[in-house]
Amino acid sequence: MNVIELVKVNKIYDMGAEVQVQALKDISIGIEKGEYVAIMGPSGSGKTTLMNVIGCLDTPSSGLYLFDGVNVSEMDDNELAKIRNRGIGFVFQTFNLIPRSDALHNVELPLIYSGVPVSERRDRAKKVLEMVGLGDRIHHKPNELSGGQRQRVAIARALINDPAIILADEPTGNLDSKTGDEIMIFLEELHKKGNTIILVTHEEYIAEHARRIIRIRDGMIESDLSIEKNGKVKAPYAAEKVSEGSGGQK
Amino acid sequence: MTFGAEFKEGFKLSLAALMANKARAVLTMLGIIIGIISVTMMGAAIEGLTRAFNNSISAIGADVLYIQKWPWMSGDEWWKYRNRRNIKPEYADIVKKEARLAAAVAPTVARIGTVKYQNKVASSVFVEGTTADYAYVTNMSFDEGRFFTAVESRGDRPLVVLGGDVANQLFPNQNPDGKIIQINGLSFRVIGVRSKQGSFLGMFSLDNQVMIPLGQFERIYGTHFQATINVRVVNQKEMDNAKEELRGIMRKIRGLSPYQEDDFSINQQDMLTNAFNKIAGIIGAVGIFVTALSLFVGGIGIMNIMFVSVTERTKEIGIRKALGARRQTILVQFLIESTLICLAGGLVGLGISYPLSMLVDKFLPTSMPISLAILGIMISLAVGVISGIIPALRASKLDPVEALRYE
Repeated sequence: MNVIELVKVNKIYDMGAEVQVQALKDISIGIEKGEYVAIMGPSGSGKTTLMNVIGCLDTPSSGLYLFDGVNVSEMDDNELAKIRNRGIGFVFQTFNLIPRSDALHNVELPLIYSGVPVSERRDRAKKVLEMVGLGDRIHHKPNELSGGQRQRVAIARALINDPAIILADEPTGNLDSKTGDEIMIFLEELHKKGNTIILVTHEEYIAEHARRIIRIRDGMIESDLSIEKNGKVKAPYAAEKVSEGSGGQK
Repeated sequence: MTFGAEFKEGFKLSLAALMANKARAVLTMLGIIIGIISVTMMGAAIEGLTRAFNNSISAIGADVLYIQKWPWMSGDEWWKYRNRRNIKPEYADIVKKEARLAAAVAPTVARIGTVKYQNKVASSVFVEGTTADYAYVTNMSFDEGRFFTAVESRGDRPLVVLGGDVANQLFPNQNPDGKIIQINGLSFRVIGVRSKQGSFLGMFSLDNQVMIPLGQFERIYGTHFQATINVRVVNQKEMDNAKEELRGIMRKIRGLSPYQEDDFSINQQDMLTNAFNKIAGIIGAVGIFVTALSLFVGGIGIMNIMFVSVTERTKEIGIRKALGARRQTILVQFLIESTLICLAGGLVGLGISYPLSMLVDKFLPTSMPISLAILGIMISLAVGVISGIIPALRASKLDPVEALRYE
């Protein structure tokens, strides 16, 4: 079953004075559980809008979006918040940690919002922080950590609720190439453990870490390709698979 | 997420946010502190005044009518009454004989005089001449001894009953009973000390008095003084009827024709109470309005700073929303923050105004009952919620995409 299923999704922004901008045009994508997908595109292509829709931060103007089999296109703010909380782990370019809180509290945050009791969430947060190699830094504030460490806190936070997808928006954009590579290796490991990862980037070499690259231009899918492990393009991603998947959903 | 957990988390977050901006929190709080101090001090002053008045007014007696030349609370019309004939003490005998609804009747005349015992002097003492019935009219109680009897009073014996203050002044270390004192050079034997009545509105003492038989008073000061006929009514419910009865008796005594207006006044405690309530009500309303303005300004300060706080933390709100914070979670967080500022301000304000009210009480009757303190806390809570609600709503409605983009 596809964990992400977009069917003819449109997103139109009203800019006032009857000027409309169509950021997404009839986008249909299916992403299976365990996939590692990169969404690429130049700025202004609509990839950020697509990411916001996939991340349930925004709703499509028209079209259908099924997240893990649930229709989220018509949900209200609070229902979307719940989906973001339980189903999606965000990793941002600028890390987006709460500056006044230490690493532990930052990682705990999604559990606070899902109502997990304090002792349990402490334990879980500690475990995930150990997993990302920051077991000795749990009481450090973000400004006491290096860029790579901050991004690892963010990844720990993304993982804490065991989400259906990890949505990484330019995760290496604010890191030097060596630290960026470390993060990409880390994501690779997460993929191997079975996590579904969606990577949004405009860097070709970053996108090549993924197994499938979806290119967006002018709000439309330009190409959707599977790639081999060595980074070579294998074959166009089966377009019929998308439509078949969308037709078969409840 | 349950409301309890939401509240707890919001509380922790708010506390952390306030701690991160201590100076700002304290300055914002200052507005509320000043507001709460002024509101509670105003309340305490009105409360104190009312209590002092109620204590004082009981000395006048709710079931006593006073026949006098002047009406109480005559205001600007005093000149209308100045040509009235004097009220004479002898009227008391006629009233006593004729008034069915009178339980006790006594005339009083008074002057300021000087009282001496050996080398001790009490000056500016209120010297009252009256009859034995005065003890019944006023329901008098005694620390020492008794009042003069009807026989003693009619015989105008040189006896005196002291007010508490005079007794303390002349006899600091001994029992005054039976001692001989001088009033304006004439000798009187002390037969009793009246129980203390306190002061009138905290301004002058009601115990700085001595009481002597009417005839003795006239011997010292003469007969040309205004008298008051004090009439205790059998039943407080009969006050109006008794007043009418007295009016008829007085008109007869004065020989007034049906076309002439009363040339006397029948006063009662109600008149003072009503006048006081009116004045206290106006002072209270104006005072509370003015002081509430300062609290209002404080509330605006809170609202302003909460808007700043929301704007500053737009990014943080975006992050929290992305991670699953619902609208009400954000709303509660900011509401708690504004309420905390106000509550802390209210508590500090009370912490200052409570001892302050006790200090002021030394000069002016002031009293802060616990209900006023609780009201002060409720008010500061309400200000916190009211001034915080709009910024908090704005925060809760932020679009997560926009908020995350905010730098």
